[in-house]
Amino acid sequence: MAALLAGSRVGAARAAARRGPLVSCRRWAGAAADTVYDVVVSGGGLVGAAMACALGYDIHFHDKKILLLEAGPKKVLEKLPETYSNRVSSISPGSATLLSSFGAWDHICNMRYRAFRRMQVWDACSEALIMFDKDNLDDMGYIVENDVIMHALTKQLEAVSDRVTVLYRSKAVGFTWPSPISMADSSPWVHVTLGDGSTLQTKLLIGADGHNSGVRQAAGIQNVSWDYDQSAVVATLHLSEVTENNVAWQRFLPSGPIALLPCPRTEVSALSTDGVLLRQLSDTLSSLVWSTSHEHAAELVSMDEENFVDAINSAFWSDANHTDFVDSASTMLHYAVAFLKPTKVSARQLPPSVAKVDAKSRVLFPLGLGHAAEYVRPRLALIGDAAHRVHPLAGQGVNMGFGDISSLVHHLRTAAFDGKDLGSMSHLTGYETDRQRHNTALLAATDLLKRLYSTSATPLVLLRTWGLQATNAVSPLKEQIMAFASK
Amino acid sequence: MKTFLALAHRWWDEQGVYAPLHSMNDLRVPFIRDNLLKTIANHQPGKPLSGMKILDVGCGGGLLTEPLGRLGASVIGIDPVAENIKTAQRHKSFDPVLDQRVEYRVCSLEEIVEETAETFDAVIASEVVEHVIDLETFIQCCYQVLKPGGSLFITTINKTQLSYALGIVFSEQIAGIVPKGTHTWEKFVSPEKLESILESNGLSVQTVAGMIYNPFSGCWHWSGNTSLNYAAHAVKQEHTVPAELVLKGDTEEL
Repeated sequence: MAALLAGSRVGAARAAARRGPLVSCRRWAGAAADTVYDVVVSGGGLVGAAMACALGYDIHFHDKKILLLEAGPKKVLEKLPETYSNRVSSISPGSATLLSSFGAWDHICNMRYRAFRRMQVWDACSEALIMFDKDNLDDMGYIVENDVIMHALTKQLEAVSDRVTVLYRSKAVGFTWPSPISMADSSPWVHVTLGDGSTLQTKLLIGADGHNSGVRQAAGIQNVSWDYDQSAVVATLHLSEVTENNVAWQRFLPSGPIALLPCPRTEVSALSTDGVLLRQLSDTLSSLVWSTSHEHAAELVSMDEENFVDAINSAFWSDANHTDFVDSASTMLHYAVAFLKPTKVSARQLPPSVAKVDAKSRVLFPLGLGHAAEYVRPRLALIGDAAHRVHPLAGQGVNMGFGDISSLVHHLRTAAFDGKDLGSMSHLTGYETDRQRHNTALLAATDLLKRLYSTSATPLVLLRTWGLQATNAVSPLKEQIMAFASK
Repeated sequence: MKTFLALAHRWWDEQGVYAPLHSMNDLRVPFIRDNLLKTIANHQPGKPLSGMKILDVGCGGGLLTEPLGRLGASVIGIDPVAENIKTAQRHKSFDPVLDQRVEYRVCSLEEIVEETAETFDAVIASEVVEHVIDLETFIQCCYQVLKPGGSLFITTINKTQLSYALGIVFSEQIAGIVPKGTHTWEKFVSPEKLESILESNGLSVQTVAGMIYNPFSGCWHWSGNTSLNYAAHAVKQEHTVPAELVLKGDTEEL
């Protein structure tokens, strides 16, 4: 009897039981003067601002009150700075679609971005390479400066200020969660206390406050995380030849992957042969992302510019890590593949060489992995780095965040059109399932790749060499990888 | 009614004893919303039911009343159990927008027929007619409070052997999906009987659709099979039906 009872409730009760007690504090009587928002997004970075935009422009949210809390000041871009910023993101076509759904992509197009159609990834320890190529003239991705994206989002938020309120220099410092069982006189909403002491209430709190998420910690959600023994060095580079700069390059060194991402064509001043100062459109700008050990990263950032450029070129061109054994083994497989599949095999392109680096553009930041055990709680959802933090080697970090937004907005708009309470677990768990499935796979794959390529031990080098060559030869598999990464 | 009294404070626990009613909203709300939207020319984005006046009869804790309010309608929810209305009242008081759009009263439909004649665009009687003693009078009251062309939405349980086995024996006595004593099989109404009462009282039946509950997933689904739960949508005819044509009494079995 009891078993049947338990069995029939299993669907509903299981979800409630495994949540565990919420880290709750004092019961809040509820100040009557508190504004009740429908959705509050905590964190106004790329993902938080895009979430607020997506809700603000969604037709089913026209009647709702939305608030975006950003701890920093409002970033106003008077005009596009001449120097290219060193913090860029690789935006997938799926993310570009999201950004254009609320008009931000148009602003980005009017500022600057770079589309790329090809990506070459290869090993430092062997000849193996994989070339991702979009045959049908679609773009594989876009390289955009983070400041440009942020500016586009800010402009779009200003345009819907009647529905979306943005509070700058406002940080949420305290949270009071609703009690699990609806108590008589306590307000069922989430109470948020800001740094200046003011309070507000919300039916749904979305945590978009980065990998050290205060929202996630306050909710007591377990976070699986570890630091990689790596830091990433970013810089803005000028390439030596004026090639058609529309390929993304990545080479896996034993110390970590080094990547060159094409930047938009920019105007540069040049002296013509007869001494006239000209403004030309140059295609030589590239963005560097080099993940390497903490010590090496510190060295790279502090060495002088000439040595830095030499280090980069050596990293891309040097064959020092090759071993004869692995080279012969990979050549063997290469012939076997060419024999079995005598179709077009993309020719290896030679990576560009670097001429100089922009002064003061070198910065480093530490890398790590993180994944929240739960993305949602009653009246709470985590998106972006608050939910997951990934190594930049696959260029997926912000795209996973934008993917979270697409999924969450989809679930919320259906809930809004059904008149549901926005903070209800019934649709929040739908979002969590969608995204955990996708993100966990990507996080695991990225972590595995990072570990696989961090060694120069021969058996593993052989394994990954053959693996890479085989994957390169199997077009359907490559298409699948590209499709997954484009979402 | 006594069963409802005992559980009055449990209405809003989404995983509690009223969980099946919460998840039934996934069917009921779109059913009501979509059929009402057919009658509106341009609806306001974000509040599609704005401008509509709706009566939710037997609203309980307001589980269905609140979503309709969120969609923009002005809703009055009535229930004979005072504790239910108290719970409903308290729950909506925390939401300033709902507080404006939704109003609750402790009363039965018969008591407000006179003052609310022809005022409502829609009347909802969800999981109610299986508790009503005199179905004929109830339907006539619904008719009277509806505007001409207004909609009546009913969800209820069919009177079949299957509904006895699953609806009473399994759901109440064995699995506890529904609190014991909630339903009396004799009061269940078949769709054929309901249709004939509706048609004979000037309400033209538009849709009858079966609903199935999956106790393992906790979700409801639409179905062609009406032998358990079903929903009906009827529209008040523009011209009044002469009283002589109303069929009195039943020739079917109880």
